[in-house]
Amino acid sequence: MSAITLKSVKKRYQKSLVVHGVDAEIEQGEFVVILGPSGCGKSTLLRMIAGLEDITEGEILIGGTVVNKLEPRERGCAMVFQNYALYPHMSVAQNIGYALKVAGMPRAERDGKVAKVAKSVSLEAYLDRKPGELSGGQRQRVAMARAMVREPKVFLFDEPFSNLDAKLRVAMRAEVRNLHRSLGVTSVFVTHDQTEAMTLADRLIIMNSGIVEQIGKPSEVYHRPASLFVADFIGSPAMNLVRGHFAQDGYFRHGKGGMIHLPTIAPALISQEVSIGVRPELVRRVSATAKGAIAAVVDYTEELGAARLIYADADGSRIISVDTATDALGTGMPIHFAIDPADLHVFSHDTGRRIELGEAQRAATQTRINA
Amino acid sequence: MIERSPIFDFITYAAMVLGMFLVLVPFWITLVAGSQSLQEVSQVPLNLWPSTHLLENIQAAWTRADLGPKMVNSFIVAVGVTLGKIVLAALSAFAIVFFNFRARMLCFWVIFITLMLPLEVRIVPTYSIAANALLPFQVILDTFGITGLVETLSGIRIGLEWNLLNSYTGLILPLVATATGTFLYRQFFMTIPDELVEASKMDGSGPMRFFFEVLLPLSRTNMLALATIMFVSSWNQYLWPLLITTDRANFGTVVMQLKALIPAQNGTPDWNVTMAGALIIMLPPLLVVALMQRWFVRGLISRDK
Amino acid sequence: MERRAFYRNGTLPWLLLAPQLLLVLVFFYWPTSQALYWAFTLEQAWGGGNTWVGFANFLAIFRDGQYWATVGRSAFYAICATGLSMAIALTLAMFVDRALKGTRIFQSVFVWPYAIAAPAAGVAFRFIFSPEAGLIGSINDIWPGIWSPATNGWHALGMVIVCHAWLGIGYNFIFFLAALQMIPKSITEAGAMDGARPFQRMLDLQLPLIAPTVFFLMIMNLISSFTDSFGLIDTMTEGGPIGATEVMVYNIYIDGFKGLDYSGAAAQSIVLMVLVIALTFVQFRWVEKRVHYS
Ligand SMILES: Nc1ncnc2c1ncn2[C@@H]1O[C@H](COP(=O)(O)OP(=O)(O)O)[C@@H](O)[C@H]1O
Ligand SMILES: [Mg+2]
Repeated sequence: MSAITLKSVKKRYQKSLVVHGVDAEIEQGEFVVILGPSGCGKSTLLRMIAGLEDITEGEILIGGTVVNKLEPRERGCAMVFQNYALYPHMSVAQNIGYALKVAGMPRAERDGKVAKVAKSVSLEAYLDRKPGELSGGQRQRVAMARAMVREPKVFLFDEPFSNLDAKLRVAMRAEVRNLHRSLGVTSVFVTHDQTEAMTLADRLIIMNSGIVEQIGKPSEVYHRPASLFVADFIGSPAMNLVRGHFAQDGYFRHGKGGMIHLPTIAPALISQEVSIGVRPELVRRVSATAKGAIAAVVDYTEELGAARLIYADADGSRIISVDTATDALGTGMPIHFAIDPADLHVFSHDTGRRIELGEAQRAATQTRINA
Repeated sequence: MIERSPIFDFITYAAMVLGMFLVLVPFWITLVAGSQSLQEVSQVPLNLWPSTHLLENIQAAWTRADLGPKMVNSFIVAVGVTLGKIVLAALSAFAIVFFNFRARMLCFWVIFITLMLPLEVRIVPTYSIAANALLPFQVILDTFGITGLVETLSGIRIGLEWNLLNSYTGLILPLVATATGTFLYRQFFMTIPDELVEASKMDGSGPMRFFFEVLLPLSRTNMLALATIMFVSSWNQYLWPLLITTDRANFGTVVMQLKALIPAQNGTPDWNVTMAGALIIMLPPLLVVALMQRWFVRGLISRDK
Repeated sequence: MERRAFYRNGTLPWLLLAPQLLLVLVFFYWPTSQALYWAFTLEQAWGGGNTWVGFANFLAIFRDGQYWATVGRSAFYAICATGLSMAIALTLAMFVDRALKGTRIFQSVFVWPYAIAAPAAGVAFRFIFSPEAGLIGSINDIWPGIWSPATNGWHALGMVIVCHAWLGIGYNFIFFLAALQMIPKSITEAGAMDGARPFQRMLDLQLPLIAPTVFFLMIMNLISSFTDSFGLIDTMTEGGPIGATEVMVYNIYIDGFKGLDYSGAAAQSIVLMVLVIALTFVQFRWVEKRVHYS
């Protein structure tokens, strides 16, 4: 039995539909991250699970029971809010222990539990402070301790690290990961930060404008994006996406008269409007004479330290390549790339969905996913 | 919204309806009684539905309390106080917030201490100067011997006199003197980012230009709020006009006339006329508040911060 | 919060401040110093010679049992009116804060009493509470003589207090609602996630978080019970029956302007001013310790 089930869940505010029928299954003990650009309905979805928003249509089940009509307190979820939402007038200990107090737990037992949880997030020295006297990272920990102390069935996180600086964010990420490993509580984590999502998630739910674009493991999402949106959204630098069509002559035609020799790809796709995609790290530099070389002109480069990004123009289409060579490259210099057809992703231009190609490509992506 | 249980929602509406009832009852009774005939209004128990005599009652009240000229006076006072306060308060708050001069904090406190003492509390002292508002200056001149000096030099005796009794200035100026408006503007000016001042300096505009072209347009909401608050509070003044006007016929305000509308102990209990009068006297500030609610609420609140 | 960008100009700020300073000087500082002068001197009627009497005027009023009765009555009046008005306004604000459909209409009506002149409300309530008229007076038909503000001091005082409380509802409501709305929604939601029911959240979260506003309003209401009371009492009871509704401000008015005891009235004014200033200082000290939402 799944820990959480979403059955065509919809949310409507006045007239606008902000969550368009989401279906998902979240397994017991799984760490699921809902990822998407801001405003796409992630928080709304999470808050419907928490019971903070009414569910317009569809059903949400937690532990097999429909919870649509249940109050937040009856759902067994704990939540960590984006701005922490600590009670400013209560001490850290009171903040953490409030849920227990409400539940009527005797004082002594409560204090013991609070102390134990505080210790697990290294807050034991701050129990008497008010939230206003804590640093951002400490507040974050209080918020987590407050969620943990109730031993909930489900943890919900709404962009909990977005107010922290980059370094602290990385540290907190590791901490959450460890906590999850030791507690094993089903967790749903909302973020718009793909690095955070990729590093934390067992599985990702990728959303865009209220629609689920893809559900899958981080490596699946990366190596086999189900849609143009996912291909573009996941990965940094973003995937090269070139719009055009396959012609009879075995060339892919794009941009202003651009031609890429891709003979064996897919006879069925001929003259259909598509986008082909390839990850910048899989775009190789080759010599001008290499077979199937794509001629381009360097626009500019970006130094990353370990490598550099080459932004080039191939007959009106932008090509980005991750390059480890160290030769001097100036604007306007000619450059040549090659791509392996097995590394290609093809997306229908009409539907934005992925088009599966032949066995070779499937095998190549599968190897990467498994790696 | 959480806990949208129908029962709790019902309780919420029930409480709000009850509150509405509580708030509206006096208005309703005023309207109902004001629209009834003498016979109807004397009924026990009172019929709680309006009758048809509102206009004639208003007419009766209007002549009995001579409300025509009093309305004009009330408007002059309310508008005068409102305008005076908006202008003076903006200028003084501008000086206090945006200029760096030595006595800045002193001026701040000199003005703000007045916030603590509403007119009613210091009514006796304020009245003491009604006969001659310029007395302090006379005293200053006398103490420093200037009066004597001028008299010996030119033969003219300086006699400063400014009687406030029975005058619009006497009705208006003491109400303008309080710091409410200055405080409100100051609170708002403090939220103007330094960068805006700096940008304006970089553009080469001086302080007055900044005041007129940047600050005033930005403070429109606050001005509306202040105007509402001041209009209501000056229209509703009672004690001060009562003291400063001995010539009621010419300088009385409508609120002062309320008492004159109350039926005499052993006269006809024509409460219908009284209530009709009360109704039109309450109406102007009520309309202002109802129409300006959005702005004035914001203005009131920012006083607190 | 201090500014860093200032204008520097020798005379301009003084020009800008001059009108306000002048008014404050003429209508505030000068009269106040006059009042001090009157309070410590004894005056032969209006404008006669004044003789220095030290604290004699104060001692005179402090020795007067009548004065203490007035002070006690004022305190009772202030506490009852403040408590009643704030309790009603807070309750209404709490429910309005739930922001159910149609709440807007209620919200704007609850502000209305703010617009009403105290004497106007006084007149309306006088009619409502009149023993002869057909509202509250109707109960005299059932139990003759049970309601009689014209002879029973407690009835009269109660009537004035109720009216005062009603007048304050609008102002208190505005502040309470604003304070409640300033509490981040997520704190309420966190409370709900922690299992607290609405009523418990009110007690544990909302009320402590708006404590500074509660305190601020308490002071403002107490001050207003000195100021607004005049218009009410003058139109409703004129201090009667037999002085049962005479409060401090009304007493000053009667002594000073009807009784022409200028020195006594000045001394009473000083006492009242000191009282208000003390209350305000308490308020300022408290405001510094406002709750900050991080
Ligand atoms: N209370 C509300 N009323 C109307 N629209 C809302 C409300 N809350 C959120 N929305 C809209 O719903 C969409 C999704 O919001 P949200 O779930 O907060 O996005 P995310 O968390 O992904 O950034 C946004 O376009 C937002 O404007
Ligand atoms: Mg969000």
